[in-house]
Amino acid sequence: MAVYEHDVLVVGAGLAGMRATLAAHQKGANVAMITKVHPVRSHSNAAQGGINAALTSRGDSWEDHAQATVKGSDYLGDQDAIEVMCQEAGDAIIELEHMGVIFNRDETGHLGTRRFGGQEVARTFFVADITGAAILQVLYEQVLKAQVRVYEEWFVTSLVMADGECRGVVALELMTGQLHLIKAKAVVLCTGGTGRIYEPTTNGLVVTGDGLALAYRVGAPLLDMEMVQYHPTTLKGNGVLITEAARGEGAYLLNAKGERFMEKYAPKLMELASRDVVSRAEQTEINEGRGVDGCVLLDLRHLGKEVIETKLGYINEVAMDFLGINLAEEPIPVRPGHHYQMGGIKTNVLGATSIPGLYAAGECAGVSVHGANRLGANSLLDTLIFGRRSGEAATAHAKEQSPKEVPESVLEADGALIRSFLERKPKGDSWARVRLEMGETMNQYMAVFRNEEGMKAALNKVCELKERYPRLAVQDKGQVFNTNLLFTLELGFMLDIAETICVSGLARKESRGAHYRGDIPRRDDVNWLKHTVVSWTPEGTQMDFAPVTITRWQPQERRY
Amino acid sequence: MQVTLQVRRFNPEAPRAQPYEQEFTLDVPGYFTVLDTLIKVREEMDPTLTLRCSCRASICGSCAMRVNGHAKLVCKTKLTSVMDAQGKVRVAPVGNMPVVKDLVVDMKPFWDKVRGVDPWLQPQGPEPKDEYLAPNEAMVHLTGVMMCIMCGACVSDCTVLEVDSNFLGPAALAKAYRFVGDPRDGAAKGRLGKLSEYGGIWDCTRCYECVQVCPKGVAPMERIMALRDKAIVAGFDKAIGARHTIAFGEIVGHSGRLDELRLVPKTFGMFNPLHLPNLLGMIPVGLRALRRRKLPPIRHKSIPGVENVRRIFKKVEAGQ
Ligand SMILES: Cc1cc2nc3c(=O)[nH]c(=O)nc-3n(C[C@H](O)[C@H](O)[C@H](O)COP(=O)(O)OP(=O)(O)OC[C@H]3O[C@@H](n4cnc5c(N)ncnc54)[C@H](O)[C@@H]3O)c2cc1C
Ligand code: SF4
Ligand code: SF4
Repeated sequence: MAVYEHDVLVVGAGLAGMRATLAAHQKGANVAMITKVHPVRSHSNAAQGGINAALTSRGDSWEDHAQATVKGSDYLGDQDAIEVMCQEAGDAIIELEHMGVIFNRDETGHLGTRRFGGQEVARTFFVADITGAAILQVLYEQVLKAQVRVYEEWFVTSLVMADGECRGVVALELMTGQLHLIKAKAVVLCTGGTGRIYEPTTNGLVVTGDGLALAYRVGAPLLDMEMVQYHPTTLKGNGVLITEAARGEGAYLLNAKGERFMEKYAPKLMELASRDVVSRAEQTEINEGRGVDGCVLLDLRHLGKEVIETKLGYINEVAMDFLGINLAEEPIPVRPGHHYQMGGIKTNVLGATSIPGLYAAGECAGVSVHGANRLGANSLLDTLIFGRRSGEAATAHAKEQSPKEVPESVLEADGALIRSFLERKPKGDSWARVRLEMGETMNQYMAVFRNEEGMKAALNKVCELKERYPRLAVQDKGQVFNTNLLFTLELGFMLDIAETICVSGLARKESRGAHYRGDIPRRDDVNWLKHTVVSWTPEGTQMDFAPVTITRWQPQERRY
Repeated sequence: MQVTLQVRRFNPEAPRAQPYEQEFTLDVPGYFTVLDTLIKVREEMDPTLTLRCSCRASICGSCAMRVNGHAKLVCKTKLTSVMDAQGKVRVAPVGNMPVVKDLVVDMKPFWDKVRGVDPWLQPQGPEPKDEYLAPNEAMVHLTGVMMCIMCGACVSDCTVLEVDSNFLGPAALAKAYRFVGDPRDGAAKGRLGKLSEYGGIWDCTRCYECVQVCPKGVAPMERIMALRDKAIVAGFDKAIGARHTIAFGEIVGHSGRLDELRLVPKTFGMFNPLHLPNLLGMIPVGLRALRRRKLPPIRHKSIPGVENVRRIFKKVEAGQ
């Protein structure tokens, strides 16, 4: 059997993963990247609107960006981490530009900006409305140039532990159906979000929270899992995203009466208040009967054809493809939809988790810079800053380690699980049905408005589904590219994470950011200015709490 | 509404593995895309049906397939736009790449070609402290090429790749254009030289297929034509394709119409030992043309009003 071995192994090839890989490569590590889909298919490609940075060289203030981020997070973000991110943002943008990203320019040929939600300054850099794809392609170009080994279409099924340290992964090679052991002195998880736990979601079908579950199962705690972002403008039906950049460029939100209802909820920033605020406002309008068919309207008509075509061409295409609507002529129906996981694997500002040798960055990590609500265009920034930092820290860690024996018997547990799915005869239930029931449950109870009863119902349902899970059968018995098996394994990860979301939501007895409880509608800084921390134990989930780091911005009432 | 998907399937592990067609008939809402339907089949009828897909919004590039014989991104293809009168739609894997299983192909040939154009920015000179200055028009223009999501639809239906796997193909060449056209790149000359070699920009037959099937409006063929112009301007005018283009222009500019008898030697060069076999290879074509009375007249006369043609040529040249 082939043995694969590296200093640093990066799991995931989205923006966080590629940035981590390049950092480790630059620091001289023998680094490899493993990804269940080709790197450019990673979900970072879906990011449309842009990436935030305060370019201090042109007079912007990183402190102002940090303050907006702290306020956006409803004071749950760790301010040391937010300071790091905002301070290093400018260099990250310039570095991307030097690599070749074709950022939009102003009349003088310098980088141009647009406005995004929760901020009064225009500091969002962008490539039309394909920012994520345009950056992802360029980072992949750099990975090709660096000639780093990429295990492409390999699915990590578990982390390998030796003496309490993470020493590699077990992975399923999709093309052959073989299980492999890849040894590494440090592993960096960059596996992205958890979107498919919800139905519908703006996230792609590959976004299944694998990394969170991998870490959770070996004992790494997860932070603030109840903080799940609903984006204010998703398409009715399939939940596809309409970027915040539409509002950044000046689009209005209207209710059935044609009123710009945000006047009532956020008189100053209006449509560009932070996302939790806008989503709640929309849902309130809809619930109180001022919606249009379960939606509100996003009106871009006054922006004119030229702005729509040159700066928002992709969403124009999406609106036309899915609804047959020309944005220059007609408002488009939108509603709040599941979008982003603020919480994640608990790390410090170097990406280190509580397990030696295990690092995490990007959407799967909880550093925490987003706290209870992420500002638009801060996530891409998060992936780049903490991707680089974790790649560097993992390299430094790996250099201090000597090789360790890892028995190949670590493959046995996953091999047995896979065989059990393949050998069982189908009895009517299916991974797709279980996933759909989970997704609809989460979208009903763990959404924009929550309460004790609903969250308990969600937890009960998830526990029921977890009991059904081990009895599922995989109908495709083949070795080659068995996606039936792949989806079944992913579902196991998702069920674990769905449970942590419900448990953390029930634990937090206040309303903060995205976690809004109808039964306890107040923020409670005296008792609840703290992180929820959930860990796996053989007996079930265990809840702990951790303090929030406050450096210079004391909690205040949030008004937009 | 009711739809019947006829899917070309292939199970590499079956004894005597052969592709076969399978029909799935199901009821779906009228707004469904081909991808929505395939996912419904996979989730509710046959979990062994194998395909790649993720974003459902034409940005991840996973789901290129042939629908009714033409490459399409199935997440962007409404059922109603491709159903025939009987409600049937044919779905098969993309072409010019080996099939792995059902609708999944091995994209290695695609990525090998992309790698072949050194796809990374190569700036020259010292790096500025801040950003490179560049006109926004140049960036917006390149955005048109950056729209490429590497889906492979163009490569699937490229008529040259079908017969000559050495051709770099539309996606890789569009990618090359993205660097040649980038004001920050300092390696344009070297790139254009390499692209002018065998398998490069001159091997496209301008069949237009790639422009038609590209779901993102990248228009690869037009990028290839732009690369040709840039290659000639950069002095790479010795490739047969370049010589052909130049000779074509010279002849028409002189007499107002094409003279095939002069075009051939002008393209290959009368006394160029390198191209002598090519030149001799044209003799049987000439003989066949003679037999069928298709040989152009030995004495090539200018068309009436040729002065006007010459004036147009002068104007265009002055404009450049
Ligand atoms: C529609 C949409 C629009 C957005 N717009 C913006 C925006 O404008 N600005 C902004 O800042 N943010 C935006 N976001 C958020 C942002 O795009 C994401 O948070 C970010 O890109 C996540 O990057 P990542 O590198 O962490 O993960 P991803 O890009 O999701 O990459 C995850 C990687 O992990 C791999 N992987 C996962 N599990 C496994 C496994 N088990 N084995 C092997 N590999 C695995 C995958 O193959 C993939 O390569 C948007 C998100 C969405 C959904
Ligand atoms: S125009 Fe050229 S590149 Fe495009 S499909 Fe035809 S031969 Fe291929
Ligand atoms: S040029 Fe168009 S068809 Fe070809 S790979 Fe790119 S997006 Fe797909």
